[in-house]
Amino acid sequence: MLKRVHFPSSPLPYLLVAPQIIVTLVFFMWPASQALYQSLLIEDAFGLSSEFVWFENFAALADDEQYLSTFWRTAVFSSLVAFLSMSVALILAGFADRVVKGATTYRTLLIWPYAVAPVLAGALWVFMFNPTLGIFPYFLDMIGIKWNHYLNGRQAMGLVIGAAAWKQVAYNFLFYLAAMQSIPRSIIEAAAIDGAGPVRRFWTQTLPLISPTTFFLIVINVVYAFFETFGIIHVVTQGGPASSTTILVYKVFNDGFVGLDLGGSAAQSVILMVIVIVMTVVQFRYVEKKVEY
Amino acid sequence: MVENRPIMTFITHLVLVLGVAMIALPIWITLVAASHDEIRMLQAPIPMLPGTHFIDNLKQTLWGAGLSGDQTPVWRMLFNSLAMAMMISVGKIAISLISAFAIVYFKFPFRMGFFWMIFITLMLPVEVRILPTFEVVANLGMLNSYWGLSIPLIASATATFMFRQVFLTIPDEMLESARIDGAGPMRFFWDILLPLSRTNIAALFVILFIYGWNQYLWPLLITTDTDMTTIVMSIKQMLESAEQSPQWNIIMMTAFLAMLPPILVVVGMQKLFVQGLTETDK
Repeated sequence: MLKRVHFPSSPLPYLLVAPQIIVTLVFFMWPASQALYQSLLIEDAFGLSSEFVWFENFAALADDEQYLSTFWRTAVFSSLVAFLSMSVALILAGFADRVVKGATTYRTLLIWPYAVAPVLAGALWVFMFNPTLGIFPYFLDMIGIKWNHYLNGRQAMGLVIGAAAWKQVAYNFLFYLAAMQSIPRSIIEAAAIDGAGPVRRFWTQTLPLISPTTFFLIVINVVYAFFETFGIIHVVTQGGPASSTTILVYKVFNDGFVGLDLGGSAAQSVILMVIVIVMTVVQFRYVEKKVEY
Repeated sequence: MVENRPIMTFITHLVLVLGVAMIALPIWITLVAASHDEIRMLQAPIPMLPGTHFIDNLKQTLWGAGLSGDQTPVWRMLFNSLAMAMMISVGKIAISLISAFAIVYFKFPFRMGFFWMIFITLMLPVEVRILPTFEVVANLGMLNSYWGLSIPLIASATATFMFRQVFLTIPDEMLESARIDGAGPMRFFWDILLPLSRTNIAALFVILFIYGWNQYLWPLLITTDTDMTTIVMSIKQMLESAEQSPQWNIIMMTAFLAMLPPILVVVGMQKLFVQGLTETDK
């Protein structure tokens, strides 16, 4: 942790950590503690007075049908986003790993969506699926499917999942490809000599050997789907129709800034914080230990 | 490749080309939409091949009235985005470098306390503490300013953590010999630590630039003055106004301009980007 050789104590190190500590205190510690405190308060409708109510906000959330269904919806949303983007990335990486010449070209062509902001990914997809103009509704109409994500909750969910997964493929591809390229060639060659074909080798060797990457990516993708997809949902569906695409982080924003239910929103923030902390701890355990075979 | 199977090689390239096409399709449609005139973009089905109005649309978007008369010109939004992204990346790198230096190279009371305080921030993205952070920024009078846009997003530990790892891999002999030669702490920092971590700084810069440029919720909340609009958040307003007067050619041109700088950074500095991504997340 500390260097064996180091500088003697002086005021200098305090000056050096001061900017970071001040920023952390003012813009991190204080707001986070405020969120904790507010989650225990109920404000009246005009924001004039507030009452300390202990865990009433949390109890109200536990009884709130809408909140519970948001929880469930978020779970479905993030697992589908993670599954979809990871499996597409895995397939592409599996093939890119076989390419001898031009692997870097394919990588370049596949990783750039990482740089696209979620809200822009949402804008592109909402344009492609615009019910009157979009190219996909036009083709879907030919095979008899009426597309209107402004009215149909399932289609709206499908659209945000598609946009969120599309953007994340790049990230997963990069990590999968790096993991596959670090597998020693001799292992693969030994299996090939024993007569295992490419598909067999993929299932019995590549997949188990890259499992640490898979675990790492599951956590990263779930965190991504939980928080960073806010922009996509805000621009594509605004949580609708009939809150069929409202996920947890969108509800925090909506209840707090639009509904002005500060206590309830803060309580939801606290629950989200707990979820992130749990996921970070899980991630660190896996990254530290690595799943090995 | 391990064995030579022409059919397998063919399938490999076929799948990869299809994958690239699938990933690139939204961008292609954006570019096509940005290269037609307004009238053409109102007829379904929309075109799939580029038109001839790309330059006209580009001019109109950048310097023209944009969508409606009273809107901020797009070049101004691009400037705001650039300022925010640069302040976030430079600011975060600067404060993280010096705090990691202090934590690794000095022994002082509360050292571990400071370290844990910074470490906790690793865990909580800005989205979950958005309301109280907004209040703090409002109370400090930093709404509608570049400071308000960037500083709250600097408050996280990823970079400090990464530089700490980098510094720990630098051999102790470096410091010993520097001290024998009479170098003080700041001299050591400038002349030895900084040059040694140059590629790490560049890699982190790439990641932070993209992170800063792509911020959405935070700028949306704290900028009410249209002069402070960033290009990424302007898309939302444009899509809303598209319901009355759809100018899809302009909207898609704006979307294209909004994603161009970070994409160029990723493609142009691919090696640094990959290094930064794998270092900061692990």
